Amino acid sequence: MWSYVLRRVLFAVPIALGVSMLCFGLIFLAPGNPMQLLLPADATAEAIEIIKKAYGFDKPIPLQYLAWLQKAVTGDLGLSIANRRPVLEEVLNALSNTVVLSLAAVTIAFSLAFVLGTIAAYFRGGVIDRGVTAMSVMGVSVPNYWLGMVLIIIFSVELGWLPATGMGAQGSTDFSLFNWENMKHAILPIFTLCMIPLGIIMRTTRSAVAEVLNLDFVQTLRAKGLGELAVVRHAVRNALPQVLAVMGLQFGYLMGGSILVETIFTWPGTGFLLHKAILTRDLPVLQGTILVLSLIFVAVNLIVDLAQTWVDPRIKRA
Amino acid sequence: MTMTSATLDLAQLKAMHDDQPAMISRGYWRTVGARLSRDPVTLCFATVIAAIVLIALLAPWIAPKDPFKTSMAYRLKPMGFRDFLLGSDELGRDILSRLIWGGRTSLLMGLVPVAVALLIGGTLGVVAGYVGGGVNMLIMRLMDLFYAFPSILLAVAISGAMGGGMVNGMIALSMVFIPPICRVAESATTQVRGLDFVEAARASGGSTGSIIAHHVLGNVLGPVFIYASGLVSVSILIASGLSFLGLGVEPPTPDWGLMLSTLRQAIYVNPWVCALPGLAIFITSLSFNLVSDGLRQAMDIRM
Repeated sequence: MWSYVLRRVLFAVPIALGVSMLCFGLIFLAPGNPMQLLLPADATAEAIEIIKKAYGFDKPIPLQYLAWLQKAVTGDLGLSIANRRPVLEEVLNALSNTVVLSLAAVTIAFSLAFVLGTIAAYFRGGVIDRGVTAMSVMGVSVPNYWLGMVLIIIFSVELGWLPATGMGAQGSTDFSLFNWENMKHAILPIFTLCMIPLGIIMRTTRSAVAEVLNLDFVQTLRAKGLGELAVVRHAVRNALPQVLAVMGLQFGYLMGGSILVETIFTWPGTGFLLHKAILTRDLPVLQGTILVLSLIFVAVNLIVDLAQTWVDPRIKRA
Repeated sequence: MTMTSATLDLAQLKAMHDDQPAMISRGYWRTVGARLSRDPVTLCFATVIAAIVLIALLAPWIAPKDPFKTSMAYRLKPMGFRDFLLGSDELGRDILSRLIWGGRTSLLMGLVPVAVALLIGGTLGVVAGYVGGGVNMLIMRLMDLFYAFPSILLAVAISGAMGGGMVNGMIALSMVFIPPICRVAESATTQVRGLDFVEAARASGGSTGSIIAHHVLGNVLGPVFIYASGLVSVSILIASGLSFLGLGVEPPTPDWGLMLSTLRQAIYVNPWVCALPGLAIFITSLSFNLVSDGLRQAMDIRM
């Protein structure tokens, strides 16, 4: 067990390094010279030389990467071109707002999907099962940025019940659970983000529970006279680790993929920051946000993997 | 298939290999066809896809108006205003015509990246699976790297760095789909490679190229193709998302994602008109999803 944990953690290191390389490489995808982004168009040759030295653009690329990595490890992701503030600070400020949305969405999706998926698996072929199947297909097919718009149209424009965009009254950017104004702004984005994980978790639960219900031991349970509710409880407990793993991964996807929904609702999270960075061609912010988000995704994957081994001793990882 | 019978000589064995693509026989496709004909959902949504493709292809003839013609006098008109059947947009252009023309770019952005990824990822996967060893290790670990990014983030990162534009968007999306397709192709190839009939083909002197072409591909293409068909719906969603963010198709080209983004400002004027392009994306993505599911079931392929 511990040797597996150690190896799995060590395996994450080269992945994280590779991720950092890809993020570093992003500036080379940008059209033109990266220096053009840092300098005014009429910069003198002298100014170009100074910037070149300061940013290390005069060195070979592998050395540039190492220098960048060294800084990144100590938390220095450079300065935003737009407002000259440290990139890491900007990203971390936005991060908590994204975590709030993703965590709430995945929790709600899980509770709903687990119950519905289990019922669907128990009454296979029934009305609920068919409804669940239809809902999961819809969940993965609907463009969530459009769903967000439709919800805004219904609940903000037509009914006027909920605010359409932003996070609080005066464009606040610090979320508080105890602030009703903040919560009101979070309802629609959370509901929108819910849809994809809801569909996927429902589908996973249904097939996992159905699979367990087909196993021999379930027949034994019934043979010894256990009530149906107790039988289902056994099945659910056996299916749970797999479903939890899918839920963890979905959380990771939501964290990294929130750009569209945050843009629709102008929710001041990492996705919104990323979109701003793209519109203003602020490459350091783009690079830094993507680095942080993808490292979080790697970490979430790692935690899910380890948790699954811990929760489900049947999974023997040699 | 019993090809390793001791009574056959090598020449006979070879002849058999050459005219019998492994495992896929006419009976198989007949079964698939029969299963599909009993699946109304798949047939129905396949018709929807055919209709969408046809409308997009015939756009110049069936679109009632010029999708680029702006008119300041007719800005943001509601559905059914004069001859604007579905209303007009923020520049007074006819929404119905733009939806019809937009199908072209949206379908192109959805299909091309998957096709490109199928070619590149499929080849990489078959090579990795067939050659094995260090080559496999190298290719597959490289692919693992891309798995460290959620797909939308990867697409946004690449196209965000390269700058907007339809071609850049398609390149970004192809990069997103190469790793998963490569993985499916690799695992299918690895499975087939170890089977007896491939071993027999090798023992009877078949060249690597002919073994891959006749024995491996026949068994790998099915799962890879089905998997890729499921990605079309994802591709359409992300592509429209990129255009929505200003990273894909550039104005004034009509595109569903881009229309959704510009009409968003008019949400308080004509709310339901603004939602129309998204509905088109939803229906297209849903249809591709359901047809892919139906095909997978009919072809009896497990992922």
